[in-house]
Amino acid sequence: MASGFSEFQASVRRQDGTAIVEMSGVMDGSAEQSLNSAYAEATSSPADRLLLNFADVDYINSTGIALIVGVLAQARKAHLPLVTAGLSEHYQEIFRITRLADFMSIYPDEAAALAAA
Amino acid sequence: MASITSRWRKKNKNTEEVAAPSTVVAPVAQQAVVEVINVDVDIAPTDPLLAYLQNASNPVELGRLNLQSPALDALRAADVAVVVPLVSQGELIGIVNLGQRLSEQEYSTDDRKLLNDLSTQAAPAVRVAQLVRQQQIEARDRERLEQELRVARLIQQTLLPKELPRLPGFNVAAYYQPARQVGGDFYDFHYFDDGRIGLVVGDVTDKGVPAALVMATTRTMLRSAAERLESPGAVLERVNDLLVEDIPPKMFVTCLYALLDPKTGRLHFANAGHDLPYVRTADGVHEMRATGMPLGLLGGMGYEEREIILKPGDTVLFYSDGIAEAHAPDGDMFGFPRMHALMENYPGDPDLVRFVLDQLGAFTGPGWEQEDDVTMVTLEYLRQAAAGMRAVEPGWQVLDEFEVPSAVGNERIAMERVAQIAAGTPLAADRVERLKTAVAEATMNGMEHGNKYRAEIPVRVRVCRSDDALSVTITDQGGGQFIREAEAPDLDAKLAGLQSPRGWGLFLIQNMVDEMRVTSDDLHHTVELIMNFQ
Repeated sequence: MASGFSEFQASVRRQDGTAIVEMSGVMDGSAEQSLNSAYAEATSSPADRLLLNFADVDYINSTGIALIVGVLAQARKAHLPLVTAGLSEHYQEIFRITRLADFMSIYPDEAAALAAA
Repeated sequence: MASITSRWRKKNKNTEEVAAPSTVVAPVAQQAVVEVINVDVDIAPTDPLLAYLQNASNPVELGRLNLQSPALDALRAADVAVVVPLVSQGELIGIVNLGQRLSEQEYSTDDRKLLNDLSTQAAPAVRVAQLVRQQQIEARDRERLEQELRVARLIQQTLLPKELPRLPGFNVAAYYQPARQVGGDFYDFHYFDDGRIGLVVGDVTDKGVPAALVMATTRTMLRSAAERLESPGAVLERVNDLLVEDIPPKMFVTCLYALLDPKTGRLHFANAGHDLPYVRTADGVHEMRATGMPLGLLGGMGYEEREIILKPGDTVLFYSDGIAEAHAPDGDMFGFPRMHALMENYPGDPDLVRFVLDQLGAFTGPGWEQEDDVTMVTLEYLRQAAAGMRAVEPGWQVLDEFEVPSAVGNERIAMERVAQIAAGTPLAADRVERLKTAVAEATMNGMEHGNKYRAEIPVRVRVCRSDDALSVTITDQGGGQFIREAEAPDLDAKLAGLQSPRGWGLFLIQNMVDEMRVTSDDLHHTVELIMNFQ
């Protein structure tokens, strides 16, 4: 692993009706399993919406984008609204370019996302 | 007509003891006055009779001689009574042997005079006949030798490669000039399906037909061993074990075997006692050292394997000892220090073979009688095409150039290194972020699609700037393959399961940079990313 980057990790918390998936590290192909388990855990009990918190994510590549598309597709099937927090300006731009932003609201941080619920 | 024959041994000029048969035919008299005797006596070079006859100017009556001589005993036993020496220009060239007179009387003074006259006149004629015969033998020997050399030359030339390998990015040249005596030099190329190429340079001890035959055998053994075995050391080991069984005593073969992967520049080699090749790189000239015994001396030998990674601009010279062991008219030998210096001074143009021949010619002077075969195989990794990168255009300055091994995650190494360089340019911070994503995606594509994640095949990255822009060139070794036009990613289709969720790489690159240029050759695939400062 290149220096300055850490392995992807995801944990799930719940606050009010929101299932929060808090992520850190590198979001590339290696993140697939952790992300899918986190999604499974987040949806194992009913939630009003799913919040993906990218605040501690250092790097998202095209494979990471594909993983997010996969999560988004599952959430849409389950009629579960998806929102994001903590994306850097750069990745917010990538979410706009890829049109992911059309399907998930982007909030600067977790507090703002929860306040908007 | 009477004839008496005798043979003797004498030393020839080369001091080697050789039987020099000589038939002396001497008309004696019109009427038969002597008994015809057939004598076949060898006179040893040390026999005192020979010295005696050499100095005798007249017919010699054997009965009066008192010598300890086996030849004399043998002649007497054959009833030879008189020996007439045939002397030409002071050299004893034959003898005429006579038995008793039929009348059983002693040889008279007249008889002796007649015999003396006869020998005086016969000797030069016999000498001429001997010389003619000698010349005929020598001419036949010469012709046989020439014929042998023709055969040797034919074998060598038939078995040397008719064509040179054509490798993208490399220039391969070969040169072979046999000495008059035809040494046992050879070279060969092996072609493998995966694009690698085997290079062989060898030298059989001895000359002429025997060397040519051993060369032919070795060449065939190398070819078949290389088909089945992966590594150069294993190939030499196998050939050595085969050759030990068959090679004539006191003969052996020195041989260098190298495997080149033109995609990576990797040169993997082993050496069976052959002269060490030279490689010229950016940091100087080096001998390519690997140890191993010559082939055919001892069975069960192991061969050390070494490898070097050639870089664009590097040059390798494989050669035979005919160059280093060439002599100047004053006896000075060309030698390895001159070989080394020659590689250092090679200007790159004209080609290395020409350059070596010019240097050698200047050393040996005109009219050099080549002492041994001269053989060269040269390998030049071309500076431009090799990297698959365009030459840096005027107005652009290279800020950094590096390689990353093709392994998962390594795109981040390229990304961070480019980011560091970009931070020192007028490129705004948010645009540096965009460039980082583009570099990471392009490097990933190179490692995955171009280099198939083979760690030993790196992706090359070059960062250049002009007054107005930053350029990052990313080159993989996936040239020459059909590149499928990327399907534009459609998020709706992906969410509906109609398109793979993947396939964002190229789309991201195109949207991150101001300009993207893609070029390809037989070997390489290059993506250039350009970010304007304004």
